[in-house]
Amino acid sequence: MNATRPIAEATEGREGVNRPREDVRGAVLLTAADIGISFGGLRALDGVGFSARAGEILAIIGPNGAGKTTLFNIVTGLYRASSGRIALDGQDVTEAPPHALAARGLSRTFQNLQVFFRMTALENVMAGRHLQERSSLLGDLFRLPASRRANAATRDAAMALLAEVGLADKADLPAGSLPYGALKRLEIARALATQPRVLMLDEPAAGCNPVETEEIDHLIVQVAARGVAVVLIEHDMKLVMRISRHVVVLNQGRMLAEGTPEEVRTNPEVIAAYLGTHGAREASLA
Amino acid sequence: MDAKAEPLPVAAAPPRFRLNARWTTLLVLAAVIATIPWFFPSGFYFRVAALVWVTALAAVGLQILMGQAGQVSLGHAGFVGIGAYATALGPRYLGLDVLLCLPLGAAVAAAVAFLVGRPILRLKGHYLAVATLGFGMLVAMVLGNEVWLTGGPDGINVQRPEILGWRIRGGETWYWITGAILLVGVWIALNLQDSPSGRALAALHDSEVAARTVGIDVARHKLRAFVISAVYAAVAGGLLALLNGRASPDFAGFLASVEYVTMVVIGGLASVPGAVAGAALLVLLPQVLTVFHDYEHAVLGLLIMLFMIFLRAGIVPGLAALLRRRS
Repeated sequence: MNATRPIAEATEGREGVNRPREDVRGAVLLTAADIGISFGGLRALDGVGFSARAGEILAIIGPNGAGKTTLFNIVTGLYRASSGRIALDGQDVTEAPPHALAARGLSRTFQNLQVFFRMTALENVMAGRHLQERSSLLGDLFRLPASRRANAATRDAAMALLAEVGLADKADLPAGSLPYGALKRLEIARALATQPRVLMLDEPAAGCNPVETEEIDHLIVQVAARGVAVVLIEHDMKLVMRISRHVVVLNQGRMLAEGTPEEVRTNPEVIAAYLGTHGAREASLA
Repeated sequence: MDAKAEPLPVAAAPPRFRLNARWTTLLVLAAVIATIPWFFPSGFYFRVAALVWVTALAAVGLQILMGQAGQVSLGHAGFVGIGAYATALGPRYLGLDVLLCLPLGAAVAAAVAFLVGRPILRLKGHYLAVATLGFGMLVAMVLGNEVWLTGGPDGINVQRPEILGWRIRGGETWYWITGAILLVGVWIALNLQDSPSGRALAALHDSEVAARTVGIDVARHKLRAFVISAVYAAVAGGLLALLNGRASPDFAGFLASVEYVTMVVIGGLASVPGAVAGAALLVLLPQVLTVFHDYEHAVLGLLIMLFMIFLRAGIVPGLAALLRRRS
């Protein structure tokens, strides 16, 4: 599936050749609508939704405990929502398990790293190529030519991805021995290996130093430029404001605000949620 | 030996390196099988060594399940029992050639593993351990109690196999047959380890959540590993019965299951050759320890504890790490 196709479709027929690029919006690839979930009577999410478009970066922000990661877990099939629908590429995937979603082009990273620690960095990314590998179990057991070819192709592709995230020189090191910032990038490389059309990143820059954050920032922009819909949870507001096209703000499991980074930044309710009502008053006076 | 335990030279070309590790393991094993008969003082040792190879085959299969896929089975001897009784019952009730009963036993074990594995592989950790334990006990119980079919607790005789009128017998013949089969079994396990399917197993071993999000059907791959390891166990069980001329419920007993697990753990969970080393140790030690008479089992237990304390990663990865530090 060519990830850039939706953009082409969306822009087709518009006379906007000389329009500013900002106005050209990609096709909606992922929609979550009216999502709700309860944990033991606690309403963790209620009536939350978003749409991710091809080639765009959507940021989901909110204070700790707002339900951002829970929303990710529902959308990627790890949790089952008690209400709401999820559509991927126009098809309902509300009940689909994670591996089926991955096969449809949805991939993600994790806030609390889910790296394959016993594998090397290269093998981690190779595992991400699982869906692209066309080899049978018998071929794998008897090392038939098809399996060998699949293995070699996977190795080359994984190596290229490692180079892209700047980890080529760490390829043969056990993932468990890599520093935190490298693991964050390794997870992104693994997610990219699935050739996603929608990439969901849960705090990709958390715990990274400014240099690493900037590298990740570049990487995300590059990925989106290829036509991938990027959904981002991030606490680094500078990063969010810099690269995202659209921002959804959650607070205590509900939608607080939605809009462009500029709209969200100046929204009094958002400021209140982040700074407290006192802080908001201070901010408005300032 | 095991690729994961090898030193990691900076910027080594990975495919070549991998290939070497695989072939080195196979060559070393082939060399061991080919040369140790020179050191056997008597024909009796062929039988002991053949027993090692057969046991190692079951352990290598369990290594795929436990070491590669990270799923424990405390009932694996159940599949050994199924393979063993297939060679005893196949000729008796179905009129099959006894050698044909090896693949028959493997097929039955695969089918049973498929049916049993679907529900129980949803369980994790201790729960999976207890469920597989129950399965093993069930098989041992059926084999011991259904006297009309299985001959009961005393076991049942197995025909001597013939190929084109040539009777397979004698320790030396069995030594070469079982050695060759073990070599094939190790080759397959190593192939799996460095293949797309094996990577899926390693992935779900480390993080099921991450494995699912990269598109790995975790339930399906666990089931595959379970079926493959059951086939190894059944072939080993069939060979064990042929080797002994007898199948008995002990083959499937709880103690046997625990021994297989011990072999895999003590040899090195992540290591295919480790399973062979573990099997060799657990088959040979009791023979050596007979000098301790009544304390044989106590010394065996003590040695296992010491191995685990001092070589926690297992014999093969542990020794590899030691050698690396020396050099």
